[in-house]
Amino acid sequence: MKLKLKIWRQKNRNSKGKFEIYDLDNVSEEMTFLEMLDYLNSKLILEDKEPVAFDSDCREGICGMCGLYINGRTHGPEKEVTTCQLSMKAFKDRSTITVEPWRSKAFPVIKDLVVDRTSFDQLIQAGGYISADTGAAPEANSIIIKKETVDRAFDAGICIGCGACVATCKNASAMLFVGSKVTQLALLPQGKAEATIRAISMVAKMDELGFGNCTNTGACEAECPKGISISNIAKLNREYLYAKIQD
Amino acid sequence: MSILDSKIPDGPLAEKWSKHKASIKLVNPANRKKLDVIVVGSGAAGASAAASIAELGYNVKVFAFQDSSRRAHSIASQGGINATKNYKNDADSDYRLFYDMIKGGDFRAREANVYRCAEVSNSVIDQFTAQGVPFAREYSGYLANRSFGGVQVSRTFYAQGQTGQQCTIAAYQALMRQIHEGKAKMYNRCNMLDIVVKDGKARGIIAKNIETGEIERYSAHAVVLATGGFGTVYYLSTLAINSNGSAALAAYKKGAFLANPSLAQIHPTSIPKLNEYQSKLTLMSESLRNDGRVWVPKEKGDKRKPNDIPEEERDYYLERRYPAFGNLVPRDVASRAAKERCDAGYGAGETGLSVYLDFKDAIQKQGEKTISDKYGTLFDLYNKVTETNPYKEPMRIYPASHYTMGGLWVDYNLMTTIPGLYAIGESNFSDHGANRLGASSLLQCAADGYFILPVTIADYLADEIRTPTIPTDTPEFEEAEKAVKERLNKLISLNGTKTITSFHKRLGNILWDNSSMVRSEKSLKKALQLVNELEKEFWSDVKVPGSINEFNQELDRAGRVADFFELASLIIIDALNREESCGAHFREEYQTEEGEPKRNDEKFQYVAAWEYQGESKPPKLHKEELKFENVKVVQRSYK
Repeated sequence: MKLKLKIWRQKNRNSKGKFEIYDLDNVSEEMTFLEMLDYLNSKLILEDKEPVAFDSDCREGICGMCGLYINGRTHGPEKEVTTCQLSMKAFKDRSTITVEPWRSKAFPVIKDLVVDRTSFDQLIQAGGYISADTGAAPEANSIIIKKETVDRAFDAGICIGCGACVATCKNASAMLFVGSKVTQLALLPQGKAEATIRAISMVAKMDELGFGNCTNTGACEAECPKGISISNIAKLNREYLYAKIQD
Repeated sequence: MSILDSKIPDGPLAEKWSKHKASIKLVNPANRKKLDVIVVGSGAAGASAAASIAELGYNVKVFAFQDSSRRAHSIASQGGINATKNYKNDADSDYRLFYDMIKGGDFRAREANVYRCAEVSNSVIDQFTAQGVPFAREYSGYLANRSFGGVQVSRTFYAQGQTGQQCTIAAYQALMRQIHEGKAKMYNRCNMLDIVVKDGKARGIIAKNIETGEIERYSAHAVVLATGGFGTVYYLSTLAINSNGSAALAAYKKGAFLANPSLAQIHPTSIPKLNEYQSKLTLMSESLRNDGRVWVPKEKGDKRKPNDIPEEERDYYLERRYPAFGNLVPRDVASRAAKERCDAGYGAGETGLSVYLDFKDAIQKQGEKTISDKYGTLFDLYNKVTETNPYKEPMRIYPASHYTMGGLWVDYNLMTTIPGLYAIGESNFSDHGANRLGASSLLQCAADGYFILPVTIADYLADEIRTPTIPTDTPEFEEAEKAVKERLNKLISLNGTKTITSFHKRLGNILWDNSSMVRSEKSLKKALQLVNELEKEFWSDVKVPGSINEFNQELDRAGRVADFFELASLIIIDALNREESCGAHFREEYQTEEGEPKRNDEKFQYVAAWEYQGESKPPKLHKEELKFENVKVVQRSYK
């Protein structure tokens, strides 16, 4: 394959970025998208040009470190894959591919395609946990939980924290990220005691960090590489409303 | 010869840990907040240790090279975590898990540490459950279990094929809570490059701020390494592409002994290498061997599609060779058996370098829904990578570099040979001997992090309560920082003609061909020479772009690959020294008539702990003799 790559280049947090165009020959459709970028970088390095900075680690879709905005779609055109799992088969020969970092006030660009997602850690710090100190836990089978309940908690808990939901949302809302954590922990009996305070603290933190409001467009669900359901947002709203009524 | 004191407590095996806990030194809660602890690495071991130590009241600083503590590769652990709950009433006990691990490790692990790991396993499950891990449940609402390789009980707890993710996130959340409470501080995108030793004690680290390139100094009363394994030395592995051995090597060069570095696990069920561009391999969990049957065609070079090969023309070679354990033999056995079939010409696929893992019978018996409930996420992952549907067609799998059983030598308190420097999780050597059993890696990480280190570290810190905050403007910090900067400058200034990745690939090939599933004196000597030559070429011809004081991923990578060369030499030296076969270490010269590993207990029933002697000097060997007082040392058999 022969490709024209239009890639966002930005030196650091404080500089202004711009698109650069690269022509890349001999791309195999067997490559993953990130292997294609590795290949581009190896060429740039040998041509004494600066390689493109981008994040990735596990390269099997579970760590959440990668994430690029490709041709206007988070993680590219395929459904339910992370950027690292995206195959070059998804692209046509002689096409132009536009590659950008996540765009969101809460995710500032550090360099090229790399963004700072510490705001997600801050959201979890605001209450995305069960306060069970080491050593204080009861015998695991003393808590009986319906299989369906645990399966639903698991489905909410598989979020990888990549940030695609925020990047794809026109309001840059983090409701799906927060909603899935609140839902996972509120469904489980172990997490119920803190369900109210958790919902209130996490939502307040979300506002404070500059994430936008949810207007139910559903883009987050459509673009989530793990297929996390928007029903988690409804559950968050219920938890939040219930908390406010109690207030 | 040996100066190693493993500090194993006296008394009967089952009482050692409780006796030790009862007699160990303590730090008064009021004094804990005066003591600083650095934890490097934030996976299942690092995050659980950092959270638990912070809960106790110490000041904790946590370092990760990723952008968040949640990215650590423990997250990719799939199949499960072992515990001795005996919920299945199949006569499980702490002793049985201990015995399975000792036997699985081919009698090269330390008894007392392994028993303790088994002993705290139930607390680990309780803790994770309390913290919200959605472990699989039966319809009754009780916790479910499945079986894993090398054992005959069902003791593995799991969350579909994402157990590691769920457990690691639980530990991460516990750490985030401590950060919220101001007891721990997180340093993301911060790469540890050296350990600072002052008056013989670990007192801090030198780290590179990945975003700015600045070299920074951090001090503490104790330093904990939770930096994982170095299976990426083979280039292609099931690990994250940034996983590395640099922390282990830095510790080694500062005086910590590195134990059994050649004992590396080649996992039998990875998706095979598909093309030349590939940057990593994707694991298919061992749990799949509960229901999947492994086979190759009976006919050499049979290129038919697997579904076109009739039942009677299939060789279920694991069931044939190992009737007692069948498809659930330990990993080293399964890997070698796959290699043997492929080398003999029976391998599947275009390259002949794969075997089938077939779910046809299981789906027929249990239905697609049940199989999907157990392995759905794994089947989806396989489908994504290979574009074939494992519900319809058998998976193709092949062994891949996966786990490092060897690691930093630690005593019973998990302290290395540098006082105040600890190693936990995969970064130490103690629990898995020459072969790790499935679902015991997450267990060891959580056991070390939640329940062992927070207790044992007090024994050291109790003597530090009068030591004020460690200053970072001392000569030891200066020197360490200077050395780090000099090396980075050297790498940047080489300006050669070849990329870092090209060297890493070539190094990986040398090791894979000569020092992986099968080794010999000849292949190892050849590998050592090739590695040394390649290392020289690297240091004269590698090209590292950019500068030091900026975000420079290539420079970070260059440092890791440079370290891999030194680790590779050490791996080979250790493999040459161990003139026997045990577990994953299979020396061609030492095998039984049936092709199984042949140990030499008289000469090699010891941990080989290597001491750094200076640049280009051979390392010095120290031996920790292994005593087996609670098991009978036998020839391992899974037949």
